[in-house]
Amino acid sequence: MCSLCGILGANEHWADAAARDGVYTRNADPVARRRERADRVRLANRVLALYGMRLSDWQGASFLLSTFTGKSEIVEDLGHLWPAAEKLCGRPCDPLALEVLTRLDAGHG
Amino acid sequence: MGEGASALPAFTPVTLLTGFLGSGKTTLLRRLLADPALGDTAVIINELGEIGIDHLLVERLDDQMVLLKSGCVCCTVRGELASAIRDLHSRRERGTIPPFRRLVIESTGLADPFPVLSTLKADPVLRHHFRAAGVVTTVDAVNGMLQLERHIESVRQVAIADVVVLTKTDLAEAPVTARLMARLGAMNPTAPLLSAAETLDAAVLLQSGSGGGFKAIEEPAAGAAPHRGVSAFSIVVDEPLDWTAFGIWLTMLLNRHGERILRVKGILALAGEERPIVVHGVQHLVHAPTHLGHWPSDDHRSRLVFIVEGIEPDLIRRSFAVFNRLNAGIAA
Repeated sequence: MCSLCGILGANEHWADAAARDGVYTRNADPVARRRERADRVRLANRVLALYGMRLSDWQGASFLLSTFTGKSEIVEDLGHLWPAAEKLCGRPCDPLALEVLTRLDAGHG
Repeated sequence: MGEGASALPAFTPVTLLTGFLGSGKTTLLRRLLADPALGDTAVIINELGEIGIDHLLVERLDDQMVLLKSGCVCCTVRGELASAIRDLHSRRERGTIPPFRRLVIESTGLADPFPVLSTLKADPVLRHHFRAAGVVTTVDAVNGMLQLERHIESVRQVAIADVVVLTKTDLAEAPVTARLMARLGAMNPTAPLLSAAETLDAAVLLQSGSGGGFKAIEEPAAGAAPHRGVSAFSIVVDEPLDWTAFGIWLTMLLNRHGERILRVKGILALAGEERPIVVHGVQHLVHAPTHLGHWPSDDHRSRLVFIVEGIEPDLIRRSFAVFNRLNAGIAA
């Protein structure tokens, strides 16, 4: 269920496309899927740390987004991650913000 | 599923035919539908105003043609549009209309095409049976330049096109047409520019876009000036990309700036993948990435083309470069 809009069976997100003819996905086999989820958590946390948040895998099906102060929310995929992150931290998560780019470049994650 | 539908494709391709008021959408549609190869095409015509007239101009009026009269498809009739497509699908499944293999939606001249595409993807029934096949935008050779200057809707329609069809070239002076073509090429370097005066392969035109092949992306003209704040630019990367980092970056970018990113289209060389991956998005909506069988040319570098409104290209370039190093930053 989409945690933002409450709709069951929400949109397929492009980064998690169902395996079908011609479509590129890392969902096709369980090992690749688990590896992709682990990589996604690891890299997303580099960015989320700038906003005082972290992501973890939740039962291999969803993700748990938490603030360092204890607020948390379940998110389904990358499409829901950023709206949920902005809601939890109360400010825009902008990849074009110069401060964000400078801190990521400097390795502060 | 009915017997007749068993041979149908799993997803019916949907082409959006758009273009500014009076730019020749209905004339083009009438011409395409006259092609016997497109006999199995369902059509939805959306008209602005209480008295629809466009449908009267399309000679083939039958059960597979639906007229939406409630107004502009992008803002008032999205529910009606979804209902109309569901109804066509339902009647096809029940065998009460011939099994159509493609659907064309002709939008009003003022429609912003994005909501139509998102309706297809968001509707819980439609997204299992229909796929956006592409956007065909008509531009009037006589009035096109003026419309691009005055109406942002016209600029957006060109920006998200998979194919641009230039109409009324027989009425325009050659230098005017040449200037307009140069402008259109700079605004949307990914879309082939066809002239309605030429022979158009209807089947190819209607199957274009995300579901079809990949047109090699040409470099937007260096230093092309933004038009009404809309500019096209590309990012070319020599090294293979990290798919996970790319996904995090693009979703974050579209979440915050999607309304101003009119189009993103790219062919990507990913680390660990021999074949190229094509990504294709319109504003907040990104299609499922596709795996190409082979590279379309000897150039195997990743190439992304953006068409943006009011965003500094260098800022997107820098952001892309920083996020592309996310994984390397951890390893270091």
